[in-house]
Amino acid sequence: MKDYFYLIPIAFGLGLTALTAFMWSLKAGQYDDLDGAAERILHDETDAPIRTTQPGR
Amino acid sequence: MGCCGSGAELTAALPEARSSDEEVLLASRIVADGMRQTDLSVPTMHCGACVRTIEKALGGLAGVQSARANLSTKRVTVRWHFDDGPPPFVKTLSRAGFEAYLFDVKSDKEDGALSELIRALAVAGFASSNIMLLSVSIWSGAEADTRDLFHWLSMTIALPAQAYSGRIFFRSGWRALRHGRTNMDVPISLGVLLAFGMSVYETVQHGPHAYFDASISLLFFLLIGRTLDYMMRERARLAVRSLVQLAARGAFVVQADGTQVYLPVEEILPGMSIMLGAGERVPVDATVSKGDSELDVALVSGESVPLRATVESTVRAGTLNLTGPLTLVATAKAGNSFLAEMIRMMEAAEQGRSGYRRIADRAAALYAPVVHVAAFLTFIGWMVATGDLHNAITIAIAVLIITCPCALGLAVPIVQVMAAQRLFKNGIMVKDGSSIERLAEIDAVIFDKTGTLTSAAPRLVSAEHIDSASLSLAAALALHSRHPYSQALVEAAAGLTPSPVVFDDITEQAGFGLQAQSGATVYRLGKPSWALASPESIVGAASVALTQNGQWMTGFCFEDKLRTDAAVAVVKLKQSGLRVELVSGDRKEPVGLVAAALGVPYRSGVTPNEKVARIKALSAAGQKVFMVGDGLNDTPALGAAHASMAPASASDVGRCAADFVFLRQSLLAIPLAVSVAREARRLIRQNLALAVAYNVVAVPIAIMGLVTPLIAAVAMSGSSILVVANALRLKGGEGIAASAAPGTISAAAILEAAE
Repeated sequence: MKDYFYLIPIAFGLGLTALTAFMWSLKAGQYDDLDGAAERILHDETDAPIRTTQPGR
Repeated sequence: MGCCGSGAELTAALPEARSSDEEVLLASRIVADGMRQTDLSVPTMHCGACVRTIEKALGGLAGVQSARANLSTKRVTVRWHFDDGPPPFVKTLSRAGFEAYLFDVKSDKEDGALSELIRALAVAGFASSNIMLLSVSIWSGAEADTRDLFHWLSMTIALPAQAYSGRIFFRSGWRALRHGRTNMDVPISLGVLLAFGMSVYETVQHGPHAYFDASISLLFFLLIGRTLDYMMRERARLAVRSLVQLAARGAFVVQADGTQVYLPVEEILPGMSIMLGAGERVPVDATVSKGDSELDVALVSGESVPLRATVESTVRAGTLNLTGPLTLVATAKAGNSFLAEMIRMMEAAEQGRSGYRRIADRAAALYAPVVHVAAFLTFIGWMVATGDLHNAITIAIAVLIITCPCALGLAVPIVQVMAAQRLFKNGIMVKDGSSIERLAEIDAVIFDKTGTLTSAAPRLVSAEHIDSASLSLAAALALHSRHPYSQALVEAAAGLTPSPVVFDDITEQAGFGLQAQSGATVYRLGKPSWALASPESIVGAASVALTQNGQWMTGFCFEDKLRTDAAVAVVKLKQSGLRVELVSGDRKEPVGLVAAALGVPYRSGVTPNEKVARIKALSAAGQKVFMVGDGLNDTPALGAAHASMAPASASDVGRCAADFVFLRQSLLAIPLAVSVAREARRLIRQNLALAVAYNVVAVPIAIMGLVTPLIAAVAMSGSSILVVANALRLKGGEGIAASAAPGTISAAAILEAAE
C-alpha cells in the first residue's frame, strides 16, 4: 500500500495546476463574453482581446 | 441583418435619445494618457455578424484605437484618442443599423463580488474533491497509520481552503451577530468551524473520525447556491442599466459672454440660462424665458396630452421638449428639483418595506436556536449518562454538523434562481430574491395609466374610415414633427402609398400644428381652430384637422392606445383572486375610458403623494399592494408598495425603484410574474419541509452517537441534491405563449369590442 503513496502528491499537483489555470483564465477575462467568443471563431481577421477590466481587479 | 430584428421589442417603446459630443465626453473615462474609454449599450446586437459590423464600423472611425463588442452583455467598449473631440459613435452605429445608448461607466459600481464568489467556489471545489478522495480510502477501511497520514493531508488542504472560501459566510454571520441578529450564515459558520476544530483535535489525537470532507463539501454546495443567486441579480441589474438613460446628463448653459458650455446637471445653479433643443429633456426645474414649444409630461405627471410651454410657464425636470427650442432659466438645483423630490418621497415610503424579513432569515431565526439547544442537551445528556467529556463533546458536535443547514441554505436561493431564470426568458428582470417572495404575497394590483396600461403614444381612432389619400398626406406632413399625434398619424399611414404631394416649405408652430406649402396651396395640420380659416366650420369633435387653404379636408381623433394584451392581463389577474385598480395622474375622461374598457375601478388626477396614501390605506386594511407604474410621479408609490413593477420605458428612477422591470410590450408579463412567484413560494415551502424532514430522521441518529463521517457526508449531499432537484421542477413551465384558456380569450374579445 505505502508503495503507491507517491500517487498522492501527483494527484494533488494536477488538481492544483487545474485550479491555477482556472484562476488565470478568470482573471484574463475569458469568461466575460461567452456568446461572443462562440461567434468570433467564425471571423477571419486577427483577433486580439483588449483588456476591458481595470488592472488589479 | 435578418437575425437582428427581434430587438425591436426592447427599443420600440423608448424615445429618441440624443447623445451630443459633450454627453459622450461626460460619460467616458480616461484610461491612459490622452486615451478615453466609452461604453455603449447596443440592445439590438444579436449575432456574430452584428459583432463584426459594429467593430468594423467603429474601428474605422478616425481617432478610435480599438472597439470591442461583448455579445453577452450587449455592450461595446471603445477606446479613442482625445485630440479633436469624440468620434461620432452613436451616429455611426445608427447608420450601421444599430441603436446605441451611452453607458455611464462612472456609475457602474462593479464591486468584484461575483469574481470573489467564483474564486471561492473554485477553491472549495478543488479542496473538497481532493479531501473526498482521501476520505473514501479512509471509509473503505484504511489502516490506522494510513488513516492518520490522510487526516493530516486533509487538514493541510482544508485549512487554507476553509479560510479562503468560508470567509464569505463567516463575514456575513459575524456582521449579523454583531448587530444582535441571526441569519442563515450563523449556524453555517458555527457548524463548519466546529466540524473543522473537532477534526483537528481528532487528527492530533490520532482519533478515527475526522469531518474535513463534510465541512468543506458543505461550503462547496452552499457557494454554488450563493453564486447562482448573485449571478441572477447581476444579470438583471446589467440588463436594466443598459436601457436608455431618460434623465438629462447635462445641458447647454449660456455664459455671461454669450457662449454656450455643456455642464453636467449637478453643476447647473438657479438663475443660469439653459438652451434646450427639441427632443431634449428638461434638466432641472425652470421657467421659460424665450421660445414656444410643447412638452411631453407623460413620465412626470401621467398626462398623455402634451402641455404647451411658452414664456413664463414653469417646466419640471424630466419632461421632454417636443417641438421647438426653448430658453430656460433654472429655478432650482438638481438636488431640489422635482426629480430629487420624488426620490426623497420614495425613500421615505420605502421604510415600511424594509421591515420585510426574508423567508430564509425567518427560517434561520427559528432553526438556529432549536439546533443549538438540541446539541447542548445532547452534551448534557451524554455527560450525565457516561461522564465521558470527550465522548459527549464529540457527539454534540456531530449533532451540529449533521444539522448544519446545507439543504436549508440551498432551499430558498436555488428556487429563486430558477424562478428568476424563467422570468428572464420572458423578458422580466428581477432585482433580488426577496422581491419574488414579496410578489407571492400580494392581494391587490394598482396600475398607473399612461405608459403602463397604455403606451405613452396615442392611437388614431378608426383609421380605416379615413380617406387614405388624406391620411397619407397628413402622414407626410406629420413626419416633420415629434408631437405624439404626428407620430400616431405616421404609424397609422405606414402601409399606405406615399402621398404624391411635394412640399416646398414646412414649419411647425408650437401649440398649434404644422403648416406646409406646395406650390400655391397651403396645407395645415393641427388644432382645428387654427387650421381652419373660419372657426365656425369645425366638423365634429376632431382634435386634429387637415386643411387645404383653410378649407376642411379631414379630421382626426386620437385615443390612448392600450398596451398589447392589457385586457387579458387584467382578466387573468382578477381570475387569480387579485383586486385590480387604476390610479392615474391624468384627467378624468381619458382615465375613465381606459378603466371602462378594462372594467376596473379608477381614480384620476391623483398626485404622487395621494398615490402613496392610497397604498398606505390599502396596507392599513391588511392588503398587500403590487404597484405597476412607469412615471416619475409613480416612483414614491413604487417604493411604498409591497412589490412593484415598471416597464422598460419607465423613468430611470422608476426603473431603479421597481422590483421587477419588464422589457416587452405585452402586459401578460404581470400575471406571469405573479404565477411564477406563487409557484416559487410553493416550492420554497416544499424545500423547507424536505430539509426539516431530513433533520427529523438525522438528528435522532446523531443524538444517539451513531453518526460517522461517512453517514454525515452521504446524508448532507443527499438532502442538498434533493432540494436542488425539487427546485428544477420550476424550469419546466412554458413562456408567455398563447397559454390563455379559451374562456379568457373570449372575455378579452368582449372587452375589446366594448372599447
